[in-house]
Amino acid sequence: MTSIYLDFEKPIAELEKKIEELKTFNLAFNQNNIASIDDEINSLEIKKEKVIREVFKNLTNWQIIQLSRHPLRPYTLDYIELITENFIELHGDRLFMDDRSVIGGFAFIKKNNGNKRSGFQSVLIVGHQKGRTTKEKIYRNFGMPNPEGYRKAQRLFKLAEKYSIPVITFIDTPGAYPGLGAEERGQSEAIASTIYTLSNLKIPVISIVIGEGGSGGALAFGVANRVFMLEYSIYSVISPEGCASILYKDASKTENAANTLKLTAKDLFNYGIIDGIIPEPLGGAHRDKVKISQEIKSIILDAVSELKNLDHETLRAERIKKFLVLDKFND
Amino acid sequence: MSLFRPRSNFKKEQVKSGIPEGLWVKCPICGEIVYKKELERNLDVCPKCNYHFRLNFKKRIDITFDEDSFSPLFEDLKPDDILEFKDTKKYKDRIKEDQEKTGLLDAAVSGTGMIEKIKAAAVIFDFSFMGGSMGRVVGEKITRTFKYGIEHKLPVIIFSSSGGARMQEGIFSLMQMSKTIAIIAEYNRTDLPYISVLTDPTTGGVSASFASIGDVIIAEPKALIGFAGPRVIEKTIHQNLPEGFQRSEYLLDHGMIDMIVERKDMKNMLKNILSIFLNV
Ligand SMILES: [Zn+2]
Repeated sequence: MTSIYLDFEKPIAELEKKIEELKTFNLAFNQNNIASIDDEINSLEIKKEKVIREVFKNLTNWQIIQLSRHPLRPYTLDYIELITENFIELHGDRLFMDDRSVIGGFAFIKKNNGNKRSGFQSVLIVGHQKGRTTKEKIYRNFGMPNPEGYRKAQRLFKLAEKYSIPVITFIDTPGAYPGLGAEERGQSEAIASTIYTLSNLKIPVISIVIGEGGSGGALAFGVANRVFMLEYSIYSVISPEGCASILYKDASKTENAANTLKLTAKDLFNYGIIDGIIPEPLGGAHRDKVKISQEIKSIILDAVSELKNLDHETLRAERIKKFLVLDKFND
Repeated sequence: MSLFRPRSNFKKEQVKSGIPEGLWVKCPICGEIVYKKELERNLDVCPKCNYHFRLNFKKRIDITFDEDSFSPLFEDLKPDDILEFKDTKKYKDRIKEDQEKTGLLDAAVSGTGMIEKIKAAAVIFDFSFMGGSMGRVVGEKITRTFKYGIEHKLPVIIFSSSGGARMQEGIFSLMQMSKTIAIIAEYNRTDLPYISVLTDPTTGGVSASFASIGDVIIAEPKALIGFAGPRVIEKTIHQNLPEGFQRSEYLLDHGMIDMIVERKDMKNMLKNILSIFLNV
């Protein structure tokens, strides 16, 4: 059960607490469940679903942003666990260090209807990784890569190319880390050359924004043949907080910035910047990790089987063309 | 001996739009009060500390290309307010104001010209138009310039001076980073050189895209170059930044750029690089 609630999830929290209490009560009288309590639980469950539907019917941009950063939201490693088999994590950029805010490794994805060998698809998975506990958050640098994270990714992209293994990226970062060492070691170059490397890859690349798509630090993993966003993820040139303090010169204007920035999956789909929106389970991805993982898995498998038929040059050319005309600024 | 005064002495306003009006100008780096005429005679370089002031596009063209050889390309591209963006001001109004102020339609000019008789295509940023920020027009101009370079077999030089992506164009401005890099990936299938010249400042989405992947990267002295702004970094790491942090000399020391070239020598250096790569 979820235990951390956003403000607008509070009505759900109350119902869940009540249901939990009744269940505990019933458990205490395990031998003879009290029918009236069962009924009450059932009606509360129905009510809860109704409340969730109500709350999620007209989410504001700010609420979507909060969901994209929900403390219980599944992260890259959660999806790796639920989608892949035999995941082998590879570490390090071979230059300076291993950046733990970026996960990279090879794995199988089991095809649903396949048989034996042909039933498995090899993939490279590279994604930003946030932490859940305070300790993990620090360990993962809050999902904010240093240059080494991008350089590790580049190394793995090229390795995947050698074996013609499709690349899957999971995007979930507030942005590249604004640190002294990051600048010293070329954060700009690291991001630019990662985008360059992805542009040139002669293998299928599929990107999925699973949470926060924060600026250049996100885009570095987002140059793909197919780009998808989870329903309650965001993708933006700047965080609404940053936008409020820089452009509005007023930190309290975050919600205004959230609206004006047009950073939701729906906005980006309407602008033609992403290829599809992956619908989330009722109440958001954190309420049903298995279900959202299955959705993502089938999106990946579909995209891979589509792209696998294209030859290497076409994969590169298609991706480059896509990013050249993305903003429809062509005459 | 330190080359830089403490950061608190920096006056951002004065650097904002090239040389301010009036007879005297204060150097934002060393604080020296310089007679404006003298500064202009000196290619807008501080005579005391060698800080290279931000240059408007006309002056950059003048000092870079052979006389009357520059002819602009894609001049008619103008910005539109695709997000209907409004912060303290409407984006539409900001565009109009800066168009009137600078005589430009957007923050970069592109064209071709001769550098000591070698023809090159170029993009020149002008910081006085919305901080040289990169939105759809700037991204498109860069893209078309590289395409033009491919079609006409011309080297490309970009003079950056930009705070980064233009926030008022939201996700579209972010996508200019991948767009400009995508065209460079195409351009690099030729044997033509791309020279990236970083001038004060080159930061954010410009620094983290086309500007950092030139075949040769040159910086003007003391230009601010980096991904994150110094104030953001200070706020994040809760410590003061070292003197000279994110300036050209610092980047050279850390292996991020090929060389620092003074304004007076820039044309000659560009010519030398081009003639070697093009073997002319
Ligand atoms: Zn000075």
